[in-house]
Amino acid sequence: MSPTIEITFTLNGMPKRISVDPTLSTLVMLREILGLTGTKYGCGEGECGACTILVDGKSANACLMFAADCDGRAIVTIEGVAIDRSADGLRQAFVDHGGVQCGFCTPGMVVQAKHTLDKQPHADRATIKRGLEGNICRCTGYKKIVDAVAAVSGTNS
Amino acid sequence: MTVIEKDSLIGKRLTKMDAPEKTAGKTRYIHDINLPGQLVGMILRTDRVHAIIKSIDTSAARALPGVHAVLTAKDLPQKGLGVNKDNPPLKGERVRCERDEIAAVAAESEEIAAQALRLIKVEYEDLAPLFDPEAALRPGAPVIHESKPDNVAMAFDYSHGDVVAGEAESDVVVEDTFTLHRVTHCCMGVSGIIADFEATSGNLTLYSNTQVPFLHKREFAEVLGMDPGRIRIIQPPIGGGFGSKLDIYPFEPICVYLAQATRRPVKLVFTRAEEFLASPTRQPAIVRLRSGAKKDGTLTFRTVDILLDNGGYTSWGATIPFVMMQTFSSLYRVPHCLYHTKAVYTNNPYAGSFRGYGNLQATFAIEAHMDKMADAIGMDALDFRMKNAQVAGEVTPQGMDFKTCGLQDCLTLAARDSDFAAKRSAYAARKGAVGGVKRGIGMASMLHVGGGAKIYPSDGCGTNIKLDDFGHVTIMTGASEIGQGSETVLAQLVCEELGVPMSAVTVVNNDTDITPWDVGVHASRTTFIAGNSAVGAARKAKAKILAAAAGLSNLPAEQLDLRGGHVIRAEDGESVMPLAKLLRSLHFSDKAELVTTSHYYEPPSVHQDKGFKGNVSAAYAWATQVVEIEVDTDTGIVTLLKVWAAHDVGRVLNRLGIEGQIEGGIVMGQGYALTEDMIMVEGHLKNAGFTDYKLITAPEIPEMSIEFIETMDGEGPQGAKGVGEAPAICMAAAIGNAIENATGVRLTSLPFTPERVYRGLKQGAAS
Repeated sequence: MSPTIEITFTLNGMPKRISVDPTLSTLVMLREILGLTGTKYGCGEGECGACTILVDGKSANACLMFAADCDGRAIVTIEGVAIDRSADGLRQAFVDHGGVQCGFCTPGMVVQAKHTLDKQPHADRATIKRGLEGNICRCTGYKKIVDAVAAVSGTNS
Repeated sequence: MTVIEKDSLIGKRLTKMDAPEKTAGKTRYIHDINLPGQLVGMILRTDRVHAIIKSIDTSAARALPGVHAVLTAKDLPQKGLGVNKDNPPLKGERVRCERDEIAAVAAESEEIAAQALRLIKVEYEDLAPLFDPEAALRPGAPVIHESKPDNVAMAFDYSHGDVVAGEAESDVVVEDTFTLHRVTHCCMGVSGIIADFEATSGNLTLYSNTQVPFLHKREFAEVLGMDPGRIRIIQPPIGGGFGSKLDIYPFEPICVYLAQATRRPVKLVFTRAEEFLASPTRQPAIVRLRSGAKKDGTLTFRTVDILLDNGGYTSWGATIPFVMMQTFSSLYRVPHCLYHTKAVYTNNPYAGSFRGYGNLQATFAIEAHMDKMADAIGMDALDFRMKNAQVAGEVTPQGMDFKTCGLQDCLTLAARDSDFAAKRSAYAARKGAVGGVKRGIGMASMLHVGGGAKIYPSDGCGTNIKLDDFGHVTIMTGASEIGQGSETVLAQLVCEELGVPMSAVTVVNNDTDITPWDVGVHASRTTFIAGNSAVGAARKAKAKILAAAAGLSNLPAEQLDLRGGHVIRAEDGESVMPLAKLLRSLHFSDKAELVTTSHYYEPPSVHQDKGFKGNVSAAYAWATQVVEIEVDTDTGIVTLLKVWAAHDVGRVLNRLGIEGQIEGGIVMGQGYALTEDMIMVEGHLKNAGFTDYKLITAPEIPEMSIEFIETMDGEGPQGAKGVGEAPAICMAAAIGNAIENATGVRLTSLPFTPERVYRGLKQGAAS
């Protein structure tokens, strides 16, 4: 067994201290060790965005990030977005505008959308599309997801 | 007293019932479920494409601590899976394609399972491979399955009329060979299964992503030699289907065998690379089409010869000719049609069903010829289609009975909205020269089953409904939810009958021990078939409720109705009593009765005869899509600007849901046409990941304008017809026609990647 590394970080606003294997990915740590299954495995190579999380306020693919690199950082997962009352409007917009079908990409989409709006609260449709470029959805054709985010940014035409 | 205003949910924008949980990350897909004591299952796949297995040495793997079972073909009964039963779960003697399963491991962790697989030694003796389906038919070609010495896995032949006579009366005859490529579903949730087997009871519980739980149950029983009554299939929410989960695949019984061997629950989930390598694909096809028309624009004949690369085994892909032939025989009125298809074995991957089921391929060929013939006789491309379009009331030579048909309206609306005629001639006038960015517009139409498809002994679906003493309605339906929104549309149809709000309804659709039989989610059938079934069960419940209300209110049942959660007087909407109160007085009284009902709906379609004639569906869906594109002739890049889609859907039930189906289908069709391609080199997939297999992303989507044509089908629930597959079907055909319109070059192979377009333009300019 390889030696483990003790890390301390905040997870959805709460302090967390755990020991992890140095080769462990953040995605596996979240899903398998911490039981936060809202973050999805879609590809394991940073191409699909299903595992999008926020790291110090910036979006990242949890599959490409070592768990050890969470040390000292603030990690927010979809579960953290779901308990954040200020994000209810964004989640409701995904519901109201039909941005959810099979739902497998949805947690990553919501987290990425939140990141996009945090950076640019009044992002226009083109900016929103660029913001969501790294998140694949096979069901919706993206339009209703863009509609949802644009409804929050106030730029729906 | 309160008057309840009449209100209908039909045509409203209803949000998806399961969406709130999905946005919170709370929805537990199969990947998120873990059973106590569960082991990890993993499969060793071959690295050869065609070889004899000389030996498999699993001793080192078995000795690895943490390994609970290692299975090879020797440990299993050799029962074949799939349409031809030619695909044993584990291969013991011979491998026939890259994905072939050689051995399986159950271990305490993924790391141990993966290490165990690496310790398995397999010796092979390579056999001559076969990759080209045309070569498969030549004398002396390697034989892939000894039971099929001619390599023909399946053949479908159809004809009506006399194509020789049809050709003789033609003023123009065109012929082309179209080559359709191999793509795959790319469901965001990868394939997986959990098998939980209890040896003493013989009970097997499967957590499965299948789209066909009841057929699956029978097939599992068959392959495992089990009593189907002991098998329970639970479907956790499914991360996308699109047809990929319509067959039983080797990993599924393998997982059960591992659970039986270890007496522990076993979970087997693919990696994304494995999903690319080892899940079914869309069926590649070579379509030779010869078509004719008279100068006045009347179609005369069609001769079709299709070769399908069946790959190493036979899944549903081999049966797409069944759907393709409907399009060739009946999308437009063709008096003479001769149609031959063969699916031949090769050492390539095998294909399954995929949204559209052969119709993308067929429509691509037909619609290219519609443009080509219109141009050859000097007729407007829209007028030519209108002249030959099917109309309501037509029974085609194949026996399809078009009780409703909005094709001419689809054509008219899509053309009007897109300014098709003016743009097509303006862009055509500028085509020809290479250099710069050129615009093009293209059109294609489609016909698809919209009222189920009678392929199995029954095409039906069952529904049970129960109402509780608070007026809450639980719908137990056989129909599966794969993201398409079936649960919402079924709830909506029941609400419409029972006069209760959507918030008063729960849908249970995921457990074969609870839900009544259904043939599965395929053939765009769920809204139509499960919808009619749900409406039937709701009407029975309503009759029970109104009979009871009549007894309590001294009004005849015919003068009562249900609305807004109340029993009302039909003539003025006056509330007679709240529904919940009625249910309680029925339940907690001398009558002591619960309101529960059951209904099974079987559509009034027929099984086709041996010549494939007969009205296979209770209704048919129609659409026309027009696309406007830009072609950069210096780079070959095609940019999709806008899509105008006009769909005859019978009637819009949930406007938000149906728009989502159509937009998603359009973008899936865009990927098929422009970017997606499984790159095979001598039987090996070279792009097994999203880095090199290009799916459409948000910035690339076109502007989409959608029109609905409501033909109010008499058999459909509230007049609706199926729509799930329809929107993906026209895109490649329409884009191909638009490229021709922009450049004058007809490309007959997909996808339209920059390289293929650039080369095509250079060759076209030179010729």
